[in-house]
Amino acid sequence: MSEHILLPEGSLEKQTTTLNLGPTHPATHGVFQNILEMDGERILKATSTVGYIHRAFEKIAERRPLYQITPLTDRLNYCSSPINNMGWHITCEKLLGLQLPKRVDYLRVIIMELARISDHLICSSIMGVDTGAFTGFLYVMQYRELIYEIYEEVCGSRLTTNIGRIGGFERNFTNKAFEKLEKFLAEYPKTLKEFENLLTRNRIFIDRTTGVGPISAERALNYGFTGPNLRASGVDYDVRVHTPYSSYEDFNFTVPVGTTGDCYDRFLVRNKEMWQSIEIIKQAYQKVQEFKGTDADVYHADAPSYYLPEKKDVYTKMEALIYHFKIVMGETEMPVGEVYSSVEGGNGELGFYLISDGGRTPYRLHFRRPCFIYYQAYPELIKDSMLSDAIITMSSLNLIAGELDA
Amino acid sequence: MALTNEIIQQKLKEKFGDQLTYWEQPYGMLTFVAEKNINIKVLQFLFEDVELQFRFLTDLQAVHYPDNKGAELAVVYHLHNLVDNVRIRFKVFTDIAKPDVFTATGVYMSANFMERETYDFYGVNFVGHPNLIRILNVDEMDYFPMRKEFPLEDQTRIDKDDEMFGR
Repeated sequence: MSEHILLPEGSLEKQTTTLNLGPTHPATHGVFQNILEMDGERILKATSTVGYIHRAFEKIAERRPLYQITPLTDRLNYCSSPINNMGWHITCEKLLGLQLPKRVDYLRVIIMELARISDHLICSSIMGVDTGAFTGFLYVMQYRELIYEIYEEVCGSRLTTNIGRIGGFERNFTNKAFEKLEKFLAEYPKTLKEFENLLTRNRIFIDRTTGVGPISAERALNYGFTGPNLRASGVDYDVRVHTPYSSYEDFNFTVPVGTTGDCYDRFLVRNKEMWQSIEIIKQAYQKVQEFKGTDADVYHADAPSYYLPEKKDVYTKMEALIYHFKIVMGETEMPVGEVYSSVEGGNGELGFYLISDGGRTPYRLHFRRPCFIYYQAYPELIKDSMLSDAIITMSSLNLIAGELDA
Repeated sequence: MALTNEIIQQKLKEKFGDQLTYWEQPYGMLTFVAEKNINIKVLQFLFEDVELQFRFLTDLQAVHYPDNKGAELAVVYHLHNLVDNVRIRFKVFTDIAKPDVFTATGVYMSANFMERETYDFYGVNFVGHPNLIRILNVDEMDYFPMRKEFPLEDQTRIDKDDEMFGR
């Protein structure tokens, strides 16, 4: 005899409906669960559950030498992994006290801004998809493809890039890479303009996004918002300007800000940032081209105990062989120290807090993941809104599951 | 007048005196250790003071020092003054046998998830937290995995027989 299914107490008298949004709902673009308490179409209460793809990166990092941690950072915000890689390299360089040649800084800026474009491109076009306009998404994807081809030319991989090394890049940019960059710079602005024409002044899109999921500047700051989401509420905080890294102080660009912090403002801020990124890439590319002769061959700093020597030196020179062995086996002791360094990631301030006790691996490494911190505002943002607005709010926040769960 | 580390240090010393110790400036960031029962008072003071205005909690996490008997766990706060663009860091040490630290959720909403994460991995009990449950790990877990007594699996072990992944 089978047992009767027992309903939870009070469930029959309940006036509201409990709805599970996720963890594998196609509209959430990632593994998120939200338990919604609904009154008809209206959301009364939301409870977020995170951690579905937690991979214990902080623990794993405690047994890896510095250069082996770079592939872990790829998998945080996988829409803009080069920024994470660079952020990690910059943290290591700060700990080691390395000074980088200007050319390396500019090359890094090019890669980081390309990554920012690819990140914002996904977010903005996905917002279009969630409001019912699929065309824009498919149309701009080919330009993400171009960006990925540039990565491929520089480091050999596309999504999880593991690009660059502590002290610079693993190899110099090829002419092919610059050709692809030029092609991108020539074609992309036109497409971005078209994409904006499709949505920015589109009546349906405006009606679906204005006033949806707004947050005031004060609340956003208190909730720890950073990046485009914070700037959409009107706070002009940008790590690139406040704490310049990688020679960002050499570039002219503006920081776009919004006013109300709703979905439409976030969309506009991201689009404007893409235009700024294009400008930064152009300036950086021009600066890179100004290096002539031997200066044009500089692509890494002189850091023998952390930067892998050239293979032909390994076979012929004693020092190079020793350094090669020590780096590959992870036998380099790093200086004692405690360092916090952050970069402006696709979603905001991506921070690395690294404590070294003088060993070969970090004593403690903490990733400040912007997604994780601002996601806690989500229940407040969608309270009293419609279910379909909750979906748009989520996509406008640009939540990336990999970054959320580390 | 720009806010410098010296001014911050002086103001904090005037207010709290000997309760703040170990003043350092690693890589230019002012760092100090506060007694654990005054952490919220320090946060509140840093938040509300008209000159200091550390209104942004950048990061909050814990560190485990097993050899530091009686004060094994450190909770680290990173604060940011966005007006003058100054960052500071302060730490609170607590006994691992009784890891009670007051919650910062009353001052910063952003502390909510960060404290849950810290609890999840280190077992720091944030007194007064509205919803102190595990966040990234499974709810049934009965230990705190980021503590140093849980080493990672030996990469060279050969005793494991896994048909699917062939180890």
